[in-house]
Amino acid sequence: MIKTIKQVEIQVNDEGYLTDFSQWTKEIGVEIAKEHDIEMTDKHWEVISWIQQQVASNNPLSIRGIKSSGVIDIKQFYELFPGGPLKVSTKIAGVPKPKSCI
Amino acid sequence: MKNLVILGAGTAGTMMANHLISKLPKKEWSIHIVDQYKTHYYQPGFLFLPFDIYTEDQVKKVGKKFIPQGVNYIQKKIEKIDTENNLVSLENGTLPYDILIVATGSKIAPDEVEGMLSEEWHKSVFDFYTYEGALALRNKLRDFKGGKLVVHITEMPIKCPVAPLEFAFLADSYFHKKGIRDKVDITYVTPLSGAFTKEFCSKSLGYLLEEKNIKLVTDFAIEKVDFENNKIIDYADTEVPYDLLVTVPTNMGDEVIKRSGLGDELNFVPTHPNTLQSLNHENIFVIGDATNVPASKAGSVTHFQAETLTDNILLYIKNQPLKEEFDGHANCFIETGHNKALLIDFNYVQEPVTGNFPFAIIGPLKLLKESIFNHWGKLAFRWIYWNVLLKGIPIPFVSRNMSTTGKNINN
Repeated sequence: MIKTIKQVEIQVNDEGYLTDFSQWTKEIGVEIAKEHDIEMTDKHWEVISWIQQQVASNNPLSIRGIKSSGVIDIKQFYELFPGGPLKVSTKIAGVPKPKSCI
Repeated sequence: MKNLVILGAGTAGTMMANHLISKLPKKEWSIHIVDQYKTHYYQPGFLFLPFDIYTEDQVKKVGKKFIPQGVNYIQKKIEKIDTENNLVSLENGTLPYDILIVATGSKIAPDEVEGMLSEEWHKSVFDFYTYEGALALRNKLRDFKGGKLVVHITEMPIKCPVAPLEFAFLADSYFHKKGIRDKVDITYVTPLSGAFTKEFCSKSLGYLLEEKNIKLVTDFAIEKVDFENNKIIDYADTEVPYDLLVTVPTNMGDEVIKRSGLGDELNFVPTHPNTLQSLNHENIFVIGDATNVPASKAGSVTHFQAETLTDNILLYIKNQPLKEEFDGHANCFIETGHNKALLIDFNYVQEPVTGNFPFAIIGPLKLLKESIFNHWGKLAFRWIYWNVLLKGIPIPFVSRNMSTTGKNINN
C-alpha cells in the first residue's frame, strides 16, 4: 500500500515497512521515528546506517549481532529504540522487518 | 584408497554412514565416523522424560549398534579440522580426508546469559535439551507442589523450535492429571513476537494458549537470570518472576567448529542452503544442526537433507554439478497435551498450512489441527527413529522435497 510522508508517496507493507529501499530518505526515517516517539540523534543514525549496511551485505540481523556490532551495546539499543528495538529500527531504516526464519 | 570422514555420530552422521556404505565403491573409498560419546540419545524423547511419559531406557541406546559394518567407527575427541591440509586432528592421531562431512550438531550454552549457569542450575533453573537436564527436571516435577512455572527461550535459532511450546502444553496436561493445575501458574516467555516461530501458526494457533490458560510474554530479550531473587530480566527491564524456570539456553555449534575457524558467531558452519556444501571449502559438506541454513534444526529436516546430500556426494566424486535440491523441508509433530498433537509440514518458502497428510482428503494425519491420531504419530515416531530414520530408509509416502498435495495453500 501507499503511504504519504511529507508529500512523498512511498510503498509500504501492511505493517508499515518500506518495500522499496530506493524510496528511503533520511527525512522519511525521521518521520517514521516520530510515529514511535523517537527523536533521532547522531547515535540513532549511526545504528541506522549500520543496519542498512548489514542488510545490503545480506547479514541477518539479530540482537546478538548488535552486541558484536561495535556501534552500540544491547542495553543502549533498547534505550534508543524502545519497544522491540530491532523491529522499530529496521522500520526507520527502510529495510524489511527481520523475521525468524525457523 | 580415498577417505570420507564423517564428524559426529548423532542423527545426521549416523544416517550419512548408513546411506553411503552401500553407495560408495568399497575398493576406492573407506568411510570413517568420529564421535567421542558412546551413547546415542533419542533427543525428541527429552521432551517426554520430565513428565514421566518416557523412561531413561527409551531415550538412549549404544551408538555403535547403528553404525553399519564396514564403517570405521572412531571413538575419540575431535581436536581440530585442518582445512589447509585436509586433516582432522584427533585426541591422539590424525585422520586425512578427501571428503569431510561435518555433522557435529548443536548444543546448549547456558553460560552465554549472565546468571543462568549458577548454583541454581538444575535446582530451580533447568534445561530439557540435555539428558541430564531432562532427568533432573523430572525429579523436580515429581515433587513440585505448585507455583510459577516459566518456560523460556533465550534466543533463536534453537533445536526443534516448537519443543518449548510443547513443553508448556505438556506441563498443563501433567499438572491437570496431578490435580494441581490450579496451583500452577504457567507463563511462556519468548524473544519472538508470537508463541510460534512461524507467523501463520501464531495467528491460527494462538487460541491454544488461552484455552490452556498459559500466559504469554513476547519480545523478551533476556539480559540476565537473577537467580537469587528468582526472576528473569530483559534489556528493556521487564521482569518475569519464577519458582521454576525451564529455559532453552542459547544453542551453539560445537566448540571444534570454533577451534577450526569454520563457523559464524554461533559456531554454525556457513552452508549452501540447497546443496549442503560448505560455502568456503568444496570438499566439506555440512548436515543437520551444524549448518547455518535457515531450516529448523530437527531430525526430520536432517533426514530429508541426508537424501539430497548422499546424491550430492556421489555427484561430487564424479566431478558433476551438485543438485540444488534441498528445500528446507521440515515435518514436525507438535504435542498439545491431553493426548493430542498437531502436525506441520513446511519448507524455506511455504509456511505451515492446514490440510491432510500425506494424502489429500484421506490424510490420515491432519495438518495444523489437533488430533489424537497425530499424537499416535508422534509416539510411533520413536520406533521409526531407531528402526527407519537412522538407517537412512526413506519414510513411505513422505518425499525429501515438500509436497503441496493435500495442503490448503491459500488459507
